[in-house]
This record gives sequence, structure tokens and C-alpha cells, in this order.
Amino acid sequence: MNRRENLKVLFASSLGAGLLLNACQPGEKEQDAKGMGTLGGRTEEEKLRDAQLLKEQFFTEEEQKKIRTLVDFLLPADENSPSATEVGVPEFIEFMMKDQPNLQTPMRGGLQWLDFESDELFGTTFNTLNSSQVKEIIDLVAWPDKASAAYSGAVRWFNLLRNLTCSGYFSTEAGWKYMGYMGNQPNVWDGVPASVLAKYGLSNPEKYAAIYLKPEDRAKVATWDEEGNLIG
Amino acid sequence: MSFQIKENTDAYDVIIVGSGAGGGMASKILAEAGLSVAVVEAGGDFDPAKEEDRTQLRPPWESPRRGAGTKIRPFGDFDQAIGGWEIDGEPYTRKDGTQFDWFRSRMVGGRTNHWGRISLRFGPNDFKRASLDGLGDDWPIGYEDIKPYYDKVDKLIGIFGSKEGIYNEPDGFFLPPPKPRLHELFIKKGADKVGIPMIPSRLSILTRPINAERGVCFFCAQCNRACQAYADFSSGTCLLHPAMKKGKVDLFTYAMVRKVTTDDAGKATGVSFVSKVDLKEYKLKSRVVVLGASACESARIMMNSKSKSHPNGIGADSGVLGRYLHDSTGADRMGIMPELFDRDRYNEDGVGGLHMYTPWWKDNKQLDFARGYHIEYWGGMGQPAYGAGGGMDALRSYLKDEFGAPSPNGGYGEGLKKDIRRIYGASLGMSGRGESIPQYSNYCEIDPNVVDKYGIPVLRFHYKWTEQEIKQAKHMQDTFEEILTQSGAILLGTKPGPETMYGLAAPGRIIHEVGTTRMGKDPKSSVVNPNCQVHACNNLFVVDAGPFVSQADKNPTWTILALSWRTSEYIVEQLKQKNM
Repeated sequence: MNRRENLKVLFASSLGAGLLLNACQPGEKEQDAKGMGTLGGRTEEEKLRDAQLLKEQFFTEEEQKKIRTLVDFLLPADENSPSATEVGVPEFIEFMMKDQPNLQTPMRGGLQWLDFESDELFGTTFNTLNSSQVKEIIDLVAWPDKASAAYSGAVRWFNLLRNLTCSGYFSTEAGWKYMGYMGNQPNVWDGVPASVLAKYGLSNPEKYAAIYLKPEDRAKVATWDEEGNLIG
Repeated sequence: MSFQIKENTDAYDVIIVGSGAGGGMASKILAEAGLSVAVVEAGGDFDPAKEEDRTQLRPPWESPRRGAGTKIRPFGDFDQAIGGWEIDGEPYTRKDGTQFDWFRSRMVGGRTNHWGRISLRFGPNDFKRASLDGLGDDWPIGYEDIKPYYDKVDKLIGIFGSKEGIYNEPDGFFLPPPKPRLHELFIKKGADKVGIPMIPSRLSILTRPINAERGVCFFCAQCNRACQAYADFSSGTCLLHPAMKKGKVDLFTYAMVRKVTTDDAGKATGVSFVSKVDLKEYKLKSRVVVLGASACESARIMMNSKSKSHPNGIGADSGVLGRYLHDSTGADRMGIMPELFDRDRYNEDGVGGLHMYTPWWKDNKQLDFARGYHIEYWGGMGQPAYGAGGGMDALRSYLKDEFGAPSPNGGYGEGLKKDIRRIYGASLGMSGRGESIPQYSNYCEIDPNVVDKYGIPVLRFHYKWTEQEIKQAKHMQDTFEEILTQSGAILLGTKPGPETMYGLAAPGRIIHEVGTTRMGKDPKSSVVNPNCQVHACNNLFVVDAGPFVSQADKNPTWTILALSWRTSEYIVEQLKQKNM
């Protein structure tokens, strides 16, 4: 093997950096099946970071209990769809606290405020409240346009919690089903369905009718004349 | 371990630094001419057709962050581009209150793994702007010089679009465009009312096959994840990997180029690089060196290539190297379309990007700013992932119940869940991408005080927008409001005003930075000649967007590809004639 081949072997391999990094981090365990890092095309740095974040615990047990109560209050089960806890929203929020550490203080602060407010209103902690008491507290902060100015900080926190809960819910298989999302699969786009166009009184621009992709042509290799007209 | 320089005694005909659009094209053309080529890339290799590299079609639940962006993938966890705005150990700095952000992708294919596949030719006017409006400089070449290469790029790589006969938006060899999405038809209705054209977009995505090696689009809208069917353009799948299969091409990955080496006569002899794998120093030799590392990275390499024969770096004596750095302008606006509440469901993914766009349609002589912009449109029933169902604290009140009473903002429970489902697919928006005026005073230079983790001095940026770009952004905002309102949409947010320069994005943010090694006939005012050959070193070439004299209101990739092809043919010719 000459010098060039040596270098080629060393550098053409995309495994090189991976092996080196792995060697620097002995004892890293494979992620367990439940809490997996992102799949597909990961760098070694990404794999290590995901594994590390999945091992760490941010929320205390009390905080976890509050989160479970709150996310199911936000997105409960109904006849067609599961609740937020059933689709793993609390685990998603736990992960996001570590993935985006700037969320930690606002989230922890909001959860702490729940106990202050529970004590003010009911003389106890949030996790011991019954559901009508929980509703009373949440109603103070869940309606941004109506909430008293004194609660503006807690309203902001609840908006954050609502957004995270929705992210965690609608990014699941059940969430897609509820939303009616039909994509993320191979298909042939042939425009907006005719029934939908008719409903809105819209139509595809007539000018391009002759040139729009025809599904039946998708296997034919394109050829042009010298003027750039598609002829085959 | 003792320090040593590993020197490769075999010489290549050509070393290419970088494997993006410019470097990838050069590797293909030079290898096909029978030359031996080394491609030196700062990141790793990958192949989207291999299962372990695949991010395409992965649902968000295969990511613990549900597809949210990260530092190294700011455009989402499944985005194929690895790098981002800030890379650990590879800093850059800013001076004089500059806001400039530099997006880099460290991988085979570079930023062609990320981009929107919008592939617009520059038109005849785009090469002669100074003659038309007295600002900046003309290119030393014209549309007629580059047209044959645009034609060849169209046929080699594939692009869909429509022949329109618009003078400054030249037509090409187009594949059939896809029919519009619903929100695009709504927007077109509004644009028609105010006389703003909307035509099929021009994207480098294969709606029909162009050869036996690459498949066709199957409409998943995920070009940014790299296509396992190779149905979109990225430099790795369409240029570099095919070149490696057919020609004498060696790929060196995780190789960070320190400098171009030169001999006493000032000629390039190869490159010196540090391996990110073993942190050892290496040298490669060649007859010709081609830089395609990106406008700023190539300028950095040239500035750092100091030697006895080039004491200030290569091409730095005129003081133009690094100058005239410019990015496209950008501004956006969003709205919500009540007619789209409770819409029927169907698969609306489509291609990876817009199906219709607006080319620049005005005459700048009638306006208070000199250069134009195009408009990109977005919306539709996209894949719910991180961010889905968000913003109900402000959006929910646009929904009305059967009695016409608005829903309250915020809230919780089954009612919230239902309203999120009702509002899905009803928001839409648009982004303007415009031409800025290149300025001598906007530049990158070597920061005298900072090096990266490999000990290579880093870039420092100086950049300020001028009144030209600010007035253009104001015009964008007025136009966006007009189109959205006429389409029947409700405007969201407040209209950006002078306090934010009308929402004008910070330079660098549109990721079209060009101009640092500008092309010209006069070595006193340019870095490379009209063949992208460095004036001060005739066996050194630049094939990225550095040589652009002006950036047009287009995306740079198609012009990088055409210019790189043209430069590569010139290199082959010069080697044949033994001129280098």
C-alpha cells in the first residue's frame, strides 16, 4: 500500500472520528429501548449528548406529579383520542428541559408558583388538591386576555407549558391521527383534490395546464429540444 | 506523541478544497477529463440511501426532541446539514457592532444538504448592475458567457419550472412543475388582484427522471433531510460520489485546510491540513489547487496562506480580499386564513419547498431603492412535529363558533384540542429575498487575536446594511401586507417598522454570503480574473460564491455550479496547453 492509499484509508472512512470519540468515552452504555436518542444519521457527539440527557433527571418527583396533572388537564382523553400522559408528553417535557436549558427556570418557577397559590387559596400544596381546586388555580392563568395583571408571569409560564404540551402531543402517532395528517409517505402529488378546489371556487392556473407534472409520465426519462422544450 | 508533518509524496493533478456545489462540480468535471483529484473536506461523508444515514421519512417520535432544532442542526433534528451558526472549537468574531451570522455545514456536500433547492439563473441585467443603476460594479463576464453552462447544469442535475420569457429570469431546460398547493392558490388570488405575478417555482428536484442513476421525487417535502432516491440536488449524491465512482478521485474527510502551500516563485504546490481524526498535520501536493470552501472560508484560507512569496497571504496585496462580502436581504410576514379553518384533509406534503413563487416584477427606476427581490410562499398542512399546536394563547381567538362568537385565547381541555385541529393548515406566509449593494466597507478579515482549536486564525466580520437594503425591506413589508390582505388572510403580529429596519434579517442569516474573492480584469480591484483564476497565483482557482461581483435577487447555487463548470473546463484547457 503506497502513501496515498494509506491516507485514503484513513480519511475516506466516516467511522474514523467516531472510533476516536468512542475511545475517549469508555463506559457509555447503549441507550435503552424506551428512552432512545434520535435515530438516523447521528454524529458521535449527538449520540453521546442524547444518551447523556436521557440519563439525567431534571424534575423532582413532586414536579413530575404536577406536570402529569397539568398536561392531562390541557389535553385530556376524549372518545377519539388518548390523553397527554398516555402518549408520553411528561417524558418529552422532561427531555426538553435538558435539551433547551433556558426553559428550566421559567418552568420550575411556574411549578413552584402553583404551591404558593394553592397555599393562598386552600392552605395546602398543589399536588393534594382535588380536580375542582386544580381548575380554580389553572383558571387564574389559562386565559391570557382575561387574566389579572398580577398573574402575568404565571400566564407566560402556562403559555410555555401549553406550547410544550401541544408539541409533545401532536408529534406522536396518536397526535397525527387526531390532527388528520396524511403525509410522510411516498405518494404522487397531482394537485389539490378537485372536490376541495370546488369547495373554494379555485382552480389551477389554466396557463400551465399543459406543462404540470402528469403522474403517468413519472417513469419517462426527460428529453428536450435545443430550445429547452420538453419533447419526451 | 511526537509532532510530525505527514507528507504525501504522490502528487495529484488537482486538489479541491470543499465538497459543496462548487467543489463537487469541479470534482466531476476535472475527474471526467481524466485528471487525478483529491477532494479535501472538513466534515464526514454520508449517503442518504444507506439506512444508518437516513433521516428522511422518520416521524418526529423517533427524536426525543420531536424534531426540534439543536445547536448543530438549527433547522431541525432531522435536517441533514451538520454544523450550524456556531461550531464548537471553530469560532468567528465580529467587530464594530456588526451583526453577522455565519452558517457552515461540515460534511460532504456542504450546504447543498440544507438549501431550499431554489435554482434561479442570474439574468442579463444581473451581470451589469453598475451600468444600469450606477451602484457597485459590473461583472467582467455577461449572461452570454455563462448561459451554455446554465443549460448544461439544468440537464445534468435537473430542475422543474415553466418557460416564461421574462428577460431577466432566463428560462432553462425544465422538468414539469408540480401543481400548486391550496394556500398558494389563495395567495395567487390576492396577488392577481394587485398585479403581482406568481409563477411555478424553479427547484432542482426531479419530477421526472433524467438518467438511470437517480430516482424521482415521491413528494415528502423533506429535501432538507437528503433524499434516499437522490431525487433532489445535493453535491454529494449528484456530483462527488458519481465522480468518485468513475474517476480518479480521492476523498479526504475530517480534513481542515490550514493553508495553500506555495513555492518560491509564488505558485501553489498543494495544501496543508490538520486531520480532525488524529490531530496530525498533513500535506498534499498538486499541480493546481481549487478552493470551494465557501466564500468566507476560501477567503480565510487565502489570507492565512502566508509565505515568503506571499507575505500577506495569497491574493491579499490589492486589499480587496475579503471585501465586498454581501448576503441576500430577507424579511418575512405571516397571516392566518379563516377560509382554511376546518379544511378537508389530504396529503399536501408536495415537493421540499414552494410550488409557486414571485420573481421581481417592478422597475427600480420608479422606486426609492435600486435592486429587486423575489418572494417565496409557505403554508399548508405540513407535518406536525415540534411546535405543532403552538401559539394558541394568541391564535385561538381567530376561530369562531357556530354563532360567530370567537374562541377565547389560551385555555385547555377538549375544546382546546378541537380548536387546534380546526386551525391546522390555516396559517401561511411569505419571505422576500433580495439583492443588496456590495460595499467595500463590508468585509471579513483575519482576527489577529483568535485562533480555532486547530490553531488556524479565524475570521472577523464587519458588516452594515445601507439605506438601500432598509428601503427595500420596507417595500417588502408593504407588499406582504397587500398580498396577504387581498388573499383574505388576517395579518399576524405587528408590521415591522424602522426600529427593526422593517424586519430586515441580520447579514449572513439568508446564507447567501458571496463576494469575498471578487472577479475582475484589474488585479488592483479584484482577486480573481474572469476565469476565477487568482491574479496573484495562476494555478489557484476559486469555485464557490467568492468571485461573485454582485449577488442578484436570486439564490447563488445555480450560478456557483455554472461558474465552477466553466472554471473547471478552463483548468483542463490550461493544463493541456501546459500554461500552469
